[in-house]
Amino acid sequence: MTPAVFATLRDRRVRPILTTGVTLGLAVGVYAISFGVAGVAAGATTVQTCAMSLLVFTGASQFSAVSVIASGGSIGSAMSGALLLAARNGVFGLTMSRRLTGRLPTRLLAAQLTIDESTAMGTTPDDPDLQRAAFWITGVSVYVFWNLGTLIGALAGNAIDPKTYGLDAAIPAAFVAMIWPHLRTRPGRRAAAVGAVLCLATIPVVPVGLPILIAALAILIAVPAPAPTTQPASR
Amino acid sequence: MTWGLVLGLATGAYLFKVLGLVVVGDRSLPAVVERCLNLIPAALIAALIAKDTFSVGQHLQVDARLAGVTAAIIAAWRRAPVIVVIVIGAGVTALVRSLR
Repeated sequence: MTPAVFATLRDRRVRPILTTGVTLGLAVGVYAISFGVAGVAAGATTVQTCAMSLLVFTGASQFSAVSVIASGGSIGSAMSGALLLAARNGVFGLTMSRRLTGRLPTRLLAAQLTIDESTAMGTTPDDPDLQRAAFWITGVSVYVFWNLGTLIGALAGNAIDPKTYGLDAAIPAAFVAMIWPHLRTRPGRRAAAVGAVLCLATIPVVPVGLPILIAALAILIAVPAPAPTTQPASR
Repeated sequence: MTWGLVLGLATGAYLFKVLGLVVVGDRSLPAVVERCLNLIPAALIAALIAKDTFSVGQHLQVDARLAGVTAAIIAAWRRAPVIVVIVIGAGVTALVRSLR
């Protein structure tokens, strides 16, 4: 397996993917420092805070759980809010399942790395091999920096505000670059428009976490699937 | 904060991921669903951009992020590499924020 991984990393076409994956990891890592600080401030030990990043590995869910606990909420409400935010990873997994290869152990590992950034990167390049490379590189990079950042934050106890460097716009900016290839087709453009509009329309009225899920699932009904090019001659 | 919450959340989050990637996995779905699956990334990424640009929790607001994301859209349209799009998005946001 290892030689194959190194061969992939030397591929010229993989270079920009590697750069982007590491950049995303660094941006996410700065947020992880904030998470480490927030976890300890909410009463978790350093080990618990790090365990959360290692095992849960879903940023939005982790921030949500910690803030509920910090504001005196119950374990139950912390759990339900966080799980609502984690639900979209189910849809991401479904999308990635058609693109990833490998047997059960590989898939179980891939599952842990299935998050916003890895899925967006893994569905963008046209070539299936590059899609797989983009998913793994981004997933591993974000995982490493997320956990490193959490440890630093939990130990240091204070963090730089990501907003100072505009890092809150770094992730959507990356998504902007990633969505471009999806907009080449008419159904792709329609799906993007439906997704963005539905998300914005539902944000004020449904619990945090649901709008993304609604936007993804609405595609199944809101966008007519492209018709097959040829009809079966007889049945 | 308890270990119960950490482990419960870890289990729940992992189950969602496994549900899509392993349980449904390679199984073939109805043809209509299969065709729509290819459109989910476009809808998801667009929704994430919209959320990250305009939302603070359940509130929608226009702030420096919009300037940064708009600059990122222009950069992507001019075919800038992803890394450049990211740096421009973050940089313009930080700049506009520091001006106000």
